[in-house]
Amino acid sequence: MLSQEFMRNALIAGTAVALACGVCGWFVVLRGQVFAGDALSHVAIPGALAAAAAGIDERVGLFVATVAVAVGIGLLGAGVFAGRGARAAAALPADDVAIGIIFTFILALGVFFLTRFGMSSGASTGIQASRTLFGSIFGLSGGEALLAAVIAAGVLAAMAVIARPLLFASLAPSVAAARGVPTRVLGIGFLALLGVVAAEATQAVGALLLLGLLAAPAAAAHRLARSPFTGIALAAALALAAMWGGLALAYAIPALPPSSAVIALAVGIYYLTSVLA
Amino acid sequence: MPTEAPQLSWNPVHDLHQVLEYHFMVNAMLASGLVAVMAGLIGWMMVVRRQSFAGHTLAMMAFPGASAAALAGVPAAWGYFAFCGGGALAIGRFSRGEARSVSQESAGIGAVQAAALAAGFLFVSLYGGVLGDLESLLFGNVLGISDGQLLTLAILTALVLAALAAIARPLLFSSVDPQVAGARGVPVGLLSGAFLLLLAAAVAATSQVTGPLLVFALLVMPAATAQAITARPALSLALTVAIGLAVAWLGVGASYFSPYPASFFIATFGFAAYVLVRVAAGARRARRASPEPEPAPPRGVIA
Repeated sequence: MLSQEFMRNALIAGTAVALACGVCGWFVVLRGQVFAGDALSHVAIPGALAAAAAGIDERVGLFVATVAVAVGIGLLGAGVFAGRGARAAAALPADDVAIGIIFTFILALGVFFLTRFGMSSGASTGIQASRTLFGSIFGLSGGEALLAAVIAAGVLAAMAVIARPLLFASLAPSVAAARGVPTRVLGIGFLALLGVVAAEATQAVGALLLLGLLAAPAAAAHRLARSPFTGIALAAALALAAMWGGLALAYAIPALPPSSAVIALAVGIYYLTSVLA
Repeated sequence: MPTEAPQLSWNPVHDLHQVLEYHFMVNAMLASGLVAVMAGLIGWMMVVRRQSFAGHTLAMMAFPGASAAALAGVPAAWGYFAFCGGGALAIGRFSRGEARSVSQESAGIGAVQAAALAAGFLFVSLYGGVLGDLESLLFGNVLGISDGQLLTLAILTALVLAALAAIARPLLFSSVDPQVAGARGVPVGLLSGAFLLLLAAAVAATSQVTGPLLVFALLVMPAATAQAITARPALSLALTVAIGLAVAWLGVGASYFSPYPASFFIATFGFAAYVLVRVAAGARRARRASPEPEPAPPRGVIA
């Protein structure tokens, strides 16, 4: 299996994505921001389509769209738009209705770009769209896999720096704010990192399936482990197990798409823990 | 289809006449109207119950539903309703009792959604990798609704609205204050499950018009806009229906005069209405708040 170059690239990129998703996902579940993560994974589609319509690299569109929306949701959570006092709401997650409305509108823009793009370049739209929606981890080149690994390393380094204050700010927001922890900046920064993870993971598992890798291993880790740092390590390990297992399964069964195999394993692990624990 | 591109004139009566000349446009208007009313009313309750994520996840069920139906060779609508119903039951399992906290509940909903999408992708690739119709699968096709589908939609709308009317009062009570309602003997868990099933039916029907990704355009946007305008339940319900109908009909009408799909216009108009109302509400609040600290006569100099 490892003699195939596409498989080695898939494993490098998959490992990077799984580690980043596992670690960030643990905080996403802790902070109750699964819906925000979901929204970020969906806005990756219009981002990629807009870049395609404008004729620039798809990845630029992905990263710009997800990080911009992440910061937007972060600001919403801080009460700029939600109509609450900024100070009182600084620690609350963004209003679920506002998230839903904003990402629906951005998806509508995606429809617009899909139509535009389809009119200008014809037949390749369906293939392009399905690549963005469901990922193409077996189609990554060596350079793309390396880029994914570098981005994941950057995200993990940033998470290591903010992990302690972020944990404090998530568990006891008002105490943290009183002790001088910049909870609002941390919240927005975390969502921006999540945007980077979403854009990166879109390449591997696709925009629509990213949520499974983000939420399922982390939710399982929350059920199994009480202590935070054990939980984070466990979330990363479970995401990695789902990724490797899924890739191996998809390699063994050609009819099975890799994204489906990875997500099926991740959700299976979560279901097992919800039955056992 | 019209042979030459339709032109928008400055005469609204002429434009309307031009749109309604075609049978498929009449069907599209009727279908989007029915869906706007049903989705608006169900969505109003969904916004009150803060179940947007569950609604969005049910909307995503349309994708595995449609691809499973294509694989099995049955009409897509069957798949929509089967998977949306199954999704509602799966979410119901996570949304009460067993779930320990809000964050675990939303993680459970996320896992249900991811599993459904993975299954959908598997069905599509088993079907033979034909993703040519992906666009209409994801973004709906209101212009292709047949007379039979319209009749089914009308019956479904009547059933869903009748069921919602039957449970509306206890449901609203248990949504606003679940503990008190439970203590007064209201079956909170049962109502919650029943509402999820109604939401699933509404979402499955809406998916055919706007596509699963944009169901929110008719489900959340009119309801959220109306609730931002007024807090009185009856008035905001009426406003929800009015806004939903206006957005849906304007969207379908606009799509007739342009190359872009109806779902894009429906979501854009809905978003515009929501932003306008929020901005207006913010301005009103700011005006009311500014003279509050000190009612000094020369106001406006030091704002």
